[in-house]
Formats: sequence, C-alpha cells, structure tokens
Amino acid sequence: MPILEGQGVTKNFGGLAAVSNVDFHVDQGEIAGLIGPNGAGKTTLFNLISAAHPLSSGVIRFKGEKLNGLKPHQICRMGVARTFQEIKLFGNMPVLQNVLVGAFFGTPTRISAADAAREANQALEFVGMSAMAATLVQDLTLVNQKRVEVARALATRPELLLLDELMAGLNATEISEAMELVTRIRDKGITIFMVEHVMKAIMGICERVMVLHHGEKIAEGTPQEIVTNKEVIEIYLGEETRAAS
Amino acid sequence: MDITVFKSKKLVVVGLVLLILIWLATSPLYASSSNIRLLSTILMYIILAVSWAMFSGPTGYMSLAPAAFFGVGIYTAAFLYARGSPLLPLPAVIVAACAISFVIALLVGLVTLRLKGIYFAIFSFGLIVLLGLIVQYWENQIIGRRGQHVVAESTETVFYVMLAILVATLLVAYFLRRSRWGMAMLSIGGNEEAAAHMGVNTTMVKVFTFAISATFMGAVGAIMATRWIYVDPSTAFNPMYSFMPVLMAVFGGMGQLYGPVLGAAVFAYLERMLRHEFPAYYMIVFGVILIIVVLFLPGGLVGLIPKLRDRLRGVIAKLRKGGQAEQHANT
Repeated sequence: MPILEGQGVTKNFGGLAAVSNVDFHVDQGEIAGLIGPNGAGKTTLFNLISAAHPLSSGVIRFKGEKLNGLKPHQICRMGVARTFQEIKLFGNMPVLQNVLVGAFFGTPTRISAADAAREANQALEFVGMSAMAATLVQDLTLVNQKRVEVARALATRPELLLLDELMAGLNATEISEAMELVTRIRDKGITIFMVEHVMKAIMGICERVMVLHHGEKIAEGTPQEIVTNKEVIEIYLGEETRAAS
Repeated sequence: MDITVFKSKKLVVVGLVLLILIWLATSPLYASSSNIRLLSTILMYIILAVSWAMFSGPTGYMSLAPAAFFGVGIYTAAFLYARGSPLLPLPAVIVAACAISFVIALLVGLVTLRLKGIYFAIFSFGLIVLLGLIVQYWENQIIGRRGQHVVAESTETVFYVMLAILVATLLVAYFLRRSRWGMAMLSIGGNEEAAAHMGVNTTMVKVFTFAISATFMGAVGAIMATRWIYVDPSTAFNPMYSFMPVLMAVFGGMGQLYGPVLGAAVFAYLERMLRHEFPAYYMIVFGVILIIVVLFLPGGLVGLIPKLRDRLRGVIAKLRKGGQAEQHANT
C-alpha cells in the first residue's frame, strides 16, 4: 500500500518545468530511491512533498490525505520529516537543542518537556551522537552534522523520512555506516524515500528506484532493472557503471 | 554539589533583582525629583531595549520599529488622555496603548515578516515615517491643529507606571526565553527554513512575538506622553527611539536577558553624565566609547563578565599553586 503517492506532479519556475507531470508512489515500509542527473528535479520533488514550494499542478497524497495547500510545519506534524542536501542545522544551538526543536514541535499533539528530552536523547543515541550532545553544531565534522540532521528529523517521530543526498561528501567507511543507519531506521518502521548519487548505496539498500531526467520520470524498477536500463545508462550512469555492476 | 551551587546562584540572582526593585520602588522617598526623572528615562530605555531584544535577539530579524510603536503609544495617550477632556483613566489609557500597538504590530507583521534581512530592517524603519506622516496628515488636514496636549502626571506617577511596565516586560522576556516558544524563536534565527520543516509554525511565532514586543513599546510611549505634556508627530515618531534601544541592546550584549538591561542603564546614564560634563564634546566621547565596545567587546558588556571571571580564576589558581609549592618546600 502506498504511504505517499503523487499524480501529475508539476512545478514550473517561470517558464522552466522543474518537475513535469510525474506520477510516483512510495510503499509503506520500503526504502525507495530517487536518482537522476544534476538539475533533474529531485530536490524540487522533495521540496514539493514537504511543501517548501507549492505545486503548480497535480496532487500529492500522504496516507490517502491530500497535502496540497498545507504549510511545511503541518506536513512535518503529519509524519513526513526531511533532511537537507546542504546542511541546515541551527548554528546558534548545541546538538541536543537542535534535536529538541524537532521533538517539541514536530508532533501533532503537545509534548511535555520530559518526553521531548527523552525523545531527543533517544534520537541522538540512535545515530550515535550522544557523546556530542553539548557540542555546537558548527564544530562538528560533515558526517556528524548529517547524523544530527537525521536525529532531528527522527525526533519529530515521522512515518516517512525524506533523505536528500545523505551520503554526498562522505568517505567509503562513512557511506557504509550511513547505509547501515538508513536500514536501521527502516527497521524501526519508518518508510524511507532517498535522493542519492552514490550508486553503491542505491544498489545496496533500495528496494525500488525512480529516475528523473529534465523533470520527467524516465524509469522505475528494482536497482538491478535500473542499472541495466538502456536509457538510464545513456543519460545518467554511463557505460562504466554497467560494466562494474 | 552542582545542583546546590546552581540553586544558591539562582537565589542570589533572585535576591539581587528584588533588592534592586525595592531600591527603585522606594527611591522617590529620598531621591531628588530630577534624579527620579533621570531614573524614569533610564527605565524607559531599558523597556525599549529589552522589548526590542525580545523579538530581534533570538530571531535575528533586525527591527527598527520600536519608535513606530513608541509613537503609537504616545498618540494613544494624546487621543484618550487629552488635556481638559481625558476619555479614560490613566491605567485604561496604558492598556489601550498596549492593545493598539499589539494589533498594529500583528497586522504589520502578517504583511511584512516574510521580508528577510535588510529588507525587513528598511521596512520597519519606513513604518516610523509612514505612521508619523499619517498622524501629521490627520492633524494638518482633518483637525487643523499641529500637536496635542496631554494630561500632565506627577514625576512619581510616571516613575511608578514605568517601573510596573518594566517588571511586566522583564517577566515576559524571561519566560519567553525559557519556554518552548523561545526555542522556536531561536530555531528561526538559526535556520528559518529548517525550523518550518521541523514543525515550527514560523509565521505565527514571528508575528506574535513581534506584536508582544510592540505592546511594551506602546505602553512606555503612553506614559512618556504624560511627562512630555505636548507631543507632535516629529517628537512622537522620532527614529532615535529605534536606534537607541538597538545600540543599547548591542552595547549590553544580547546573549543574556540582563544584557540589554545593563546596556540601556549604563548607556542612558553615560549619555546624561557626558552631556552634563562635556556639553560640547559629549557626542565625540560617546562615539569613541561605542566604537571601542563594538570593536573589542563583540559580546557586549555581558560578554566581558565570563572573560573577567576566567582571568580571575586563573589568578586564583596560580596563587593556590604557588601556595602549595611553598608548603611542599616547607615540609
């Protein structure tokens, strides 16, 4: 059953169709991937789901409910959390406070301070950042900043987590750890929709992959089907990936 | 151990605040009338600085609107507390000034708080000019009389009302800082987009905080009108009442609640003293002091305290070490 579903999703920036007439769905409990060349509209699609931008046309449904017209904070409270391609942490707060913001405001019902603190600490522990709870976020390394972003999103108690290029800029070890983290999040029962360029991660953990190009969906299928798809190879992957896989 | 230290520190702070308040409240009994007037002016600046920092400090939205709401308060008093025909008693006038400032700030905030950075600063400055011009037009074209006379209140009444507004401002500022509302404001200052995606209703938080801070600015304007007795658009909507609170809050440091309080108190007193001592050069001396603070104390006066404390601790530790070494040598 799809937890997230889009029909005819379109976004025009002036004359440019950043996303045009895309149908997509994410099933409950899966790890779905979204790939495509730079400028294909992947982040725009995430921005449409999380209501950073309004749709030009089309409809997006989360658990059967229309998201059109809602504000970002309402989307979050419904159970859709996200991280950002460029880190967007609260630079004026330590790590724990960053996560606390998610815990305090991300749920539909009012949460007590004690519950919020417990939620935030659990989220930090889950991503392995408990030891750095009091550190200022700008003093963290890139991988740790990304972990805090994930913890902050988890603290909002989402059912669906949108990960925008979580692996970008990480080294091989860190990518493996991040893959393991994403799998553990899914095992908690949280559905994952991830934009990623790191094909190793896509191949390793995604159950289904969609490919965007010039704002249009050009392919969809299992990772195996995608890496052998002729059009995808031509546009995005190149011959080497085919040889390697 | 840590908790008891924390608790006793808190008690000391509460005690200190109470002592200052008692000293302020009893000061009309023994201080001269001119000193009470000076104290009222200082309190006015503290209220303006604290209420400005309430919104602009955590959110990072640089508002130059204090003078606009200060002016709204002044003209509320001019309407409702006109000499010869006051429509309401003084407390009701103050409450009305609060309410009108709140509503105007709410409406203005809804329209303009989507502006970011310098654009919001310029707009909020424009608000002073706009409201001033509207009142001026009303006076010139509709009632045909420039300036309004307000019922005169005694120095003591002005002082006590000011003190009451100050206590209310400080209480609200304190609880806003400590509450989840304060955390929401801070997250907006940290990264507004991320705050919205983490469930913070950024529009509501910004607009309401802006309106709450305007409430105190309006209140303080209304009581000042009863001291000035005669007000006109150029004195009521004077941009200096925006610049001064901002300078004072920065001067004091915005990291702590008492930063703007300290900044406004020292700043207002310094201004008065320098003007008295060096009437010809006071602006130069004042300017030099400001430049020194901005250059060497980025955290404001408040930022100086941990620095001094660390240095003091260093000296004490050194002395102790020296003492121990001596003891060792003796044994």
